[in-house]
Amino acid sequence: MTATTTVENLAPKDFASDQEVRWCPGCGDYAVLKAVQRTLAELGVKKENTVFVSGIGCSSRFPYYLSTYGFHTIHGRAPAVATGVKLANPELDVWVVTGDGDGLSIGGNHTLHALRRNVDLQILLFNNEIYGLTKGQYSPTSRRGTRSPSTPHGSIELPVTPASFALGAGARFVARSVDAQQAHLCDTLKRAHEHKGASFVEIYQNCVVFNDRTFSRFTDKDTAADNQLLVEHGKPLLFGRDRKRGLSMRSGCLEIEVVTVGENGVTEADVLVHDETNRNLAGLLASLDTPEFPVALGVLYCDAAASYDAEIHAQVEAARSKTDKPSLNALLRRGQTWTVAG
Amino acid sequence: MAHGKVAGGGDLRGKLPREVRDAVVIRFAGDSGDGMQFTGSQFTQETAMVGNDLATFPDYPAEIRAPAGTTFGVSAFQIHFGVTDISTVGDELDVLVAMNPAALKVNLNDLRIGGTVIVDSGSFTKRNLQKAGFDNNPLEDDSMAPYQVIPLDIGKMTLEAVKDFELSSKEALRSRNMWTLGLTLWMYDRDRQVTINWLRSKFKQRPEIAAANIAALNAGHAFGETAEMPNYAVGYSIVESDIRPGEYRTATGTQTMAWGLLAGAQAAGLKIMFGSYPITPASPLLHALAGLKEFGVITFQAEDEIAAVCSAIGASFAGSLGVTSSSGPGIALKTEALGLAVATELPLVVINSQRAGPSTGMPTKTEQSDLFQAVYGRNGDTPLPVLAAATSTDCFEVAVEAVRIAIKYMTPVMVLTDAYLANAAEPWRIPDIEHLNRYPVRFRSDPEGFQPFLRDTDTLARPWAIPGTPGLEHRIGGIERDSQTGHISYDPENHEQMTRMRAAKIHGIAADTPTQELALGDDSGDLVVVGWGSTFGPIRQAVKRARDEGRAVSHVHLRYLNPLPRNLGDLLGAFTRVLVPEMNNGQLATILRSSFLLPAISLPKISGKPFKVREVAEGIRSALES
Repeated sequence: MTATTTVENLAPKDFASDQEVRWCPGCGDYAVLKAVQRTLAELGVKKENTVFVSGIGCSSRFPYYLSTYGFHTIHGRAPAVATGVKLANPELDVWVVTGDGDGLSIGGNHTLHALRRNVDLQILLFNNEIYGLTKGQYSPTSRRGTRSPSTPHGSIELPVTPASFALGAGARFVARSVDAQQAHLCDTLKRAHEHKGASFVEIYQNCVVFNDRTFSRFTDKDTAADNQLLVEHGKPLLFGRDRKRGLSMRSGCLEIEVVTVGENGVTEADVLVHDETNRNLAGLLASLDTPEFPVALGVLYCDAAASYDAEIHAQVEAARSKTDKPSLNALLRRGQTWTVAG
Repeated sequence: MAHGKVAGGGDLRGKLPREVRDAVVIRFAGDSGDGMQFTGSQFTQETAMVGNDLATFPDYPAEIRAPAGTTFGVSAFQIHFGVTDISTVGDELDVLVAMNPAALKVNLNDLRIGGTVIVDSGSFTKRNLQKAGFDNNPLEDDSMAPYQVIPLDIGKMTLEAVKDFELSSKEALRSRNMWTLGLTLWMYDRDRQVTINWLRSKFKQRPEIAAANIAALNAGHAFGETAEMPNYAVGYSIVESDIRPGEYRTATGTQTMAWGLLAGAQAAGLKIMFGSYPITPASPLLHALAGLKEFGVITFQAEDEIAAVCSAIGASFAGSLGVTSSSGPGIALKTEALGLAVATELPLVVINSQRAGPSTGMPTKTEQSDLFQAVYGRNGDTPLPVLAAATSTDCFEVAVEAVRIAIKYMTPVMVLTDAYLANAAEPWRIPDIEHLNRYPVRFRSDPEGFQPFLRDTDTLARPWAIPGTPGLEHRIGGIERDSQTGHISYDPENHEQMTRMRAAKIHGIAADTPTQELALGDDSGDLVVVGWGSTFGPIRQAVKRARDEGRAVSHVHLRYLNPLPRNLGDLLGAFTRVLVPEMNNGQLATILRSSFLLPAISLPKISGKPFKVREVAEGIRSALES
């Protein structure tokens, strides 16, 4: 066979399955789906080598709407199933789609360990701070005081911060983006894809029915500029409409403060420069929130290390290379044996 | 090393005459730190080398390091050996070796009247007697009168034997077990060479320790040889064994299970991805498979039981043979994921090393109480095949068969073994892997007409189409699937059809598995004893005994528990009575009653210990009188 085949890059629509998308009208998931399809097209990946694994929840319907391989598993367990997929065939490009309930409540343990082990997966956590599919109960990321069917007097629990959780678990790639910010989301997804090892991407996703506008304080047109900090490696941590506000280390203590360039003798040299390989800085950025601080978006942390799947296969290969052709017959006869003659 | 027909006795090397016996049961018992498991397994090795048939049962405490000298810290290893057809570990002990008072206290009840007990009298100090709960020293009152007691100051003689090696007395005393082993090897006219080689390799880094242990071993042997033994403590010779020709080794159920999984995967042309989480008594299987990397076996110690099974399911989706293992409580945690594997119709092998339940139960004690869990224990109508291994070495064939069924029918398969089979060793006629049937998997590759849930008309299995294959991209999941496309479907008729299809697929496996044969006896009579799993040995011996007494009793032992063999109803129907001994509160009896409307009589044993032959024999007697 000498026929040459030209591989043409697929268009975003080629990554759509023939299934009708069934999220609520106005759901942020539509925007994330669009961004993922666009990202896959722009990355030029092969459909047959791409696997989307999800748990249970609104976001976890995701695989049905993609034309790649997909596995809609059970509540919270997507990282574990995806780990098995990747261990069986490390050549596959494996994405996990989960939500704040799926990935941080029932499946928190699996998220923790997939990150800690550094399995080469892209884990997209859609955070809408609410249980949507079960009709609106508070979730582990809901703000204290959230009124929901199960907390009529307001939630009394402290929420978990997904990015801080991921960093605490030892993740080597932690990023954040917003459903409706398509360009930023696509760029972030590409970085996640490029990273070898577990990539954790928290996507702020609006639940139009049960928790509408919960992120409006930093995602609305009129609030975004002053309340979002779009971090970029090697660039000063500046934000604000006129990009005059920045983050600086408060001297003498491990705290960040917001300073304004040009006021009180502050110059741009006083503003911290983002170093995405600095885990401590990433920890500080992950914990920032309004109103005192902006919400940090982009790649908060990226510092690659050997992936779990690569290391497991390296051990297997090392063991295999020690013998020409391993024989089970020989293995069974290793050690003490005896023969009974006829 | 080659033997003809093996004779274990014959040349009497000792000065004392040896009594010839068919079989002997000996139990080594001591403190957890006394090395009784090593002593027992070395005795097993030496005995296997002589070509005797044997069965072993290690019985160790749940505590990793229980306080020394206490009854709950007693560790024991029992071996039953002799002429061919040793299928139980033995009801009563002929010989008990007790390294301290606690070991004597815990084990004396199992010694037959007139049996021999060797005790390390040096350890019968006031403090040790107190810890064991003895008010008086049993060696000094008449409580041991029914037995032949051989009190030996083993500690003192060990110290004497190793005095040239300049060890601390603590280190020197660690060789007490080897002294004892040397003596017992002499008593049964066994060689010491395997043990000497083993000690040399085990203590390669510390040759002085190896030398001291060997010296203690030789000293114990010489003690017997030079007839320092009381004259009633004669050795026994085992008469000639008549065993099927071939190459043999000893193997535990854990070993044969690991090898069987590998053999099955090789026959299918698949790589194993084994996801597991540590749990007693299943962990040794994880250890065994982790040592098989040269065969491409991937083992994954997951964060929990759920992740373990889910990783195996993910691996099967991606084209490996996903395998997971656990014990009852862990299997309970895997339940939801097993439903997912049934729903998505992916191959998966699940090994359950059963232990006493419910809940944590008794982790180191054996039981067969997860049968209902295996057959029924999932939400929804969720059938899956269930197989059980009868003996330690039967685990090999059962594992191979589980792999075959899992991939041919695209289904999870549950294999039931138990704590006893996992740990017990028996001689195994090593199979020739080259002669095993092969059943290479053919993954779907043709996109033409591909539908993920379009079934094979014969097996009702769906195609196995794995990621990486162009043109076969598809989505599967736990939501009910359309019977062809696999897309989400809430259609009522589709759900009914899919439920029936899943049941029919599993039911149909009975046409592809052997008809049930009798393990022993005629095909009709007054009573059939039906067993499954590790009760094989005691049932066989009890039925044999009843038949020797002229009773019309037969033995049926089930490997296939779901679906049941297609002729089983007719087979059992030819007997007047059906007796079901099992180490649970009557689970198989209930299944047989509901499957065949048979008045099965249950004979439960729920003590965490294997059946004694006597107990089954009594059950047979009373069932025949009913």
